[in-house]
Amino acid sequence: MDAVASFVAQLLNGLAGASSLFLVAAGLSLIFGVTRIVNFAHGSFYMVGIYAAYSAVAWIGEGPGYWAGLVLAAVAVGVLGALIEILLLRRIYHAPELFQLLATFALVLVIKDAALWLWGPEELLGPRAPGLRGSVPILGRQFPSYDLFLIVVGPLVLGLLWLLLTRTRFGTLVRAATQDREMVGALGVNQAWLFTAVFALGAMLAGLGGALQLPREPANLELDLATIGAAFVVVVVGGMGSIPGAYVAALLIAELKAICIWLGVVEIAGVSISFSKLTLVVEFLVMAVVLVVRPWGLMGRPQAPSRNAGAAEAPLRAPDRLAKAAIAAVVLALFALPALSSQSPYVVILTIDILVAVLFAASLHFIMGPGGMHSFGHAAYFGLGAYGAAILLRATGAPMEIALIAAPLIAAVGALVFGWFCVRLSGVYLAMLTLAFAQIAWAIVYQWDAFTGGSNGLTGVWPSAWFSDKRAYYALTLALVLAGVFVLRRILYAPFGYAMRAVRDSTLRADAIGIDVKRVQWVAFVIGGLVAGLAGALFAFSKGSISPETLHVAKSVDGLVMVLLGGVQTLAGPVVGATLFTWLHDSVARSTEYWRAMLGGIILILVLLFPQGVAGFVRQVVYGRREAKGGS
Amino acid sequence: MLLDVHALSAWYGAAQILFDVDLGVRRGEVVALMGRNGAGKSTTLKAIMGMVDRRKGTLAFMGHDISRAEPHRVAQLGLGFVPEDRRIFTDLTVAENLAVGRQPSRRWPDGSDAPTWTPEHLYRLFPNLGGMPDRPGGRMSGGEQQMLTVARTLMGNPFLVLLDEPSEGVAPVIVEQMAQMILELKGQGVSILLSEQNMHFAELVSDRAYVLEKGQIRYTGTMADLAANDEVRRAYLSL
Amino acid sequence: MTARKPLLVASGLSKSFGGVKAVDGIDFTLAAGELLALIGPNGAGKSTTFNLVNGQLVADTGSIRFGGREMVGMKPRDIWRMGVGRTFQIAATFASLTVVENVQMALVSADDRLYSMWRRAADYRRSDALDLLDLVGMAGQADRPCSVLAYGDVKRVELAIALANQPKLLLMDEPTAGMAPRERNDLMALTKSLVVERGIAVLFTEHSMDVVFAYADRIIVLARGRLIAEGAPQTIRDHPDVQQVYFGSGKTFEKAAAAKGTA
Repeated sequence: MDAVASFVAQLLNGLAGASSLFLVAAGLSLIFGVTRIVNFAHGSFYMVGIYAAYSAVAWIGEGPGYWAGLVLAAVAVGVLGALIEILLLRRIYHAPELFQLLATFALVLVIKDAALWLWGPEELLGPRAPGLRGSVPILGRQFPSYDLFLIVVGPLVLGLLWLLLTRTRFGTLVRAATQDREMVGALGVNQAWLFTAVFALGAMLAGLGGALQLPREPANLELDLATIGAAFVVVVVGGMGSIPGAYVAALLIAELKAICIWLGVVEIAGVSISFSKLTLVVEFLVMAVVLVVRPWGLMGRPQAPSRNAGAAEAPLRAPDRLAKAAIAAVVLALFALPALSSQSPYVVILTIDILVAVLFAASLHFIMGPGGMHSFGHAAYFGLGAYGAAILLRATGAPMEIALIAAPLIAAVGALVFGWFCVRLSGVYLAMLTLAFAQIAWAIVYQWDAFTGGSNGLTGVWPSAWFSDKRAYYALTLALVLAGVFVLRRILYAPFGYAMRAVRDSTLRADAIGIDVKRVQWVAFVIGGLVAGLAGALFAFSKGSISPETLHVAKSVDGLVMVLLGGVQTLAGPVVGATLFTWLHDSVARSTEYWRAMLGGIILILVLLFPQGVAGFVRQVVYGRREAKGGS
Repeated sequence: MLLDVHALSAWYGAAQILFDVDLGVRRGEVVALMGRNGAGKSTTLKAIMGMVDRRKGTLAFMGHDISRAEPHRVAQLGLGFVPEDRRIFTDLTVAENLAVGRQPSRRWPDGSDAPTWTPEHLYRLFPNLGGMPDRPGGRMSGGEQQMLTVARTLMGNPFLVLLDEPSEGVAPVIVEQMAQMILELKGQGVSILLSEQNMHFAELVSDRAYVLEKGQIRYTGTMADLAANDEVRRAYLSL
Repeated sequence: MTARKPLLVASGLSKSFGGVKAVDGIDFTLAAGELLALIGPNGAGKSTTFNLVNGQLVADTGSIRFGGREMVGMKPRDIWRMGVGRTFQIAATFASLTVVENVQMALVSADDRLYSMWRRAADYRRSDALDLLDLVGMAGQADRPCSVLAYGDVKRVELAIALANQPKLLLMDEPTAGMAPRERNDLMALTKSLVVERGIAVLFTEHSMDVVFAYADRIIVLARGRLIAEGAPQTIRDHPDVQQVYFGSGKTFEKAAAAKGTA
């Protein structure tokens, strides 16, 4: 009886948790449907919702005003969303999808520091809701009445949204714009305000989702990325753009988590499995399974190709004399660097970081640009390389040289397995599946204390004796990074690189000339993983220790930002982007407490000024606009 | 002049597609914009609507300056656009597709009523659509979609309809229906500017013609004159 | 011509989508050196038939034999390797490659060199690729990006790509859609000469009746998923069923047909 009661209690708990998750996901889905923007800042809206509710309730005072405070917080977040849409997003609707993503990621950074400035670094737990402070006995257990209220909110909002979308003119326009916003405009509908309204509505839903959590969860600055991860999963599992799908997915995931907690540690065939530890990955496991079985999510459909994919990429030309001279000058300067900077040893350390970042970014660019696969989880292969090297060194006592060879192979095996699933998808779904695999890898590393050192990571990962001097290790890193970048370039100029671009440009045509599209993508994915693994191993030996952060989602996002900053359509892009990003990160972080906001601001400025990326911009200036395309 | 276009130039990205195009449509006229593929016909229609990356020139519609107006503003003034690739909202039903296009009824500047369309009215004009108001746009045949895209634009009660290549890529039997539909609309007082490659389709329905080549107007005249002018037809229409 | 041993034999082909029969038990044959047109109203099952032959769709029932081998169930890329080239209704080329690189890509694939990671692709059988481009009159634009070509030229490039592995059968889905009358004739005349010189068989769908009547050796007509007529152009032109379902009642059509006839 008690087991049943605790089971039911966990199920109800899951239902209550599903409501807020659904609100956030529904908003994300609506915004994506109409504006085609994957709003990375949606978790930030949720976070601001809790903070705003905390302040609003403190300001109005408790009692009936409590509820007004929650609503006020949601509306405030809605207004914030509208402002962001009008001031920023309107300028970038015609930019390529990935640039929009970069801009919304910059917003995450800015909003996080704004919250830090306004509310401080401490966690803030709000008061409990008046009238719902008690609990209700269910099967002999006390269940919080506020959670019962939350259970009702989910379906209620779902119903209201459904009515709004199917029974009102606004809803018809939203659904039409989801398919073809330009055509809606040509029929006399002011899209600008439709977009603003949808964005505000989506932000408000996220804000409401946050505000409703006020009595359950303390407001803190980590909620943004945690929430956006969960919301992405819900939206993708449910099917992009499907509101009922988001509800079903939110329920499914919340309930599976509840069941895992209830199961606790279970003995199966002599092996004890901790299901409660699985809660960290259960949503990503669900997403991986759903995407493999139903590639468009439970209730979604294939996405229409974006109407503004950006200008067609210019054909790959062999570097001319100017470019070759520039490359030679940079390489020479890099080899001379230790001698030139003997007065400031930090320069060498920073340059090692930059070189590792360059190799990581180049490997991501390889699959993202020419390969056309937008990976959101590339850190998984960086981390596999880093951990592979570290574990090999510590467990078998193999020297660094062996570890440096083996680590990329370990990462490649990871990419071989994960990639097999990923190349079956495309677009946002592929991005999300790569993210899911990276999260799973991260969770395993984070929890497997005995093997990976858990959250503490591993220490004592030092290079062999003759590379222990930083300058010697610098030379090794430089040589390997140059070799890695050179090999990637060489492949791109070879038939395989052409096949990668062919597959990206037109799967239809590629298939019709006998190219096995998925196989080409799979091989490219593995090569990208292999090189990322080398970068990870170099990183591990440069630091002497590693932590699960090497394969955290933030690391994957860093890679994306580097590639996009430099420009995805140029081979020099990842090199320029990684250098700029690492240097900015380093110098900004040392000069201000609010380095994230600074970095976000800089990214936003770059996005607005250099929509082709920095390297793309330079190429345009140097080579003029003669490569610009035409056609009616 | 209902629509008066002067020195219209248009660009996609860095590429200039139109060069100083002048054209006009009077009340009650059907005007054909002829030219080869890639001559700039679709671009002209889109540029009038404001649906290109960049444009320059003076455009006036019913006395309003629309040189800088956004597409929705142009449509609200009573200029309807029927795209070449149909662009039906496939997730929406026939009735919902029509609802998206709905705009208030209009009056001519002289106070008389302009043609006004209701779904019932349109279902009579396109009986195929009348039989399936609740069918999703995606589950219709190509010909039915072609009808729906015209009907959807008519829901905006336009004074003038820009019709992009109505005869392209459909069976002869649908081409015939499109021609009859244009003549019927004309009879109801709707003016039409259509882009067309099919000389005899244009000849059947139009009063006047412009011929475009490489983004420039090469010929202006009545449809009958153009039909008789072998030289122009050979030079610019590759007939 | 039709007396020759058929290269392609389709028999009893059927395909349903959600209970609706898009293609309902059709049979046809195609011999080497023959141009066969597939026509019919929108939604008659032309695209479905086409996609059954090229392998994009798998038939529910029936068989398609090509040179004696069963093709039903084969993947499009394997069908291509057997010698079936394709062009698409909306021309599909690789936008970020130059014109000649597009053709080189097909040569690389034909030679099974897709996974070559070291040698420079730009030099790969460039002169062979240029020869193919010369054949379709595109050698002069070989080094332009495919993304800047005029539409008619993109269609020519597509044809050159399709010829790269010396196909025995060409599948052309609305080859002249979106082209001006003179371009249509040029492209079809070129196709016809290839058919004659190289003994290639061509199956094509088309809405432009001038093209169909001027170039097809034989025509098959689909309506509601069934084959309603088959024969020489003149037979089809006079066929009462075809006139009813496809050409229309006639009154407006007289002019429209005349339009296309003179075009």
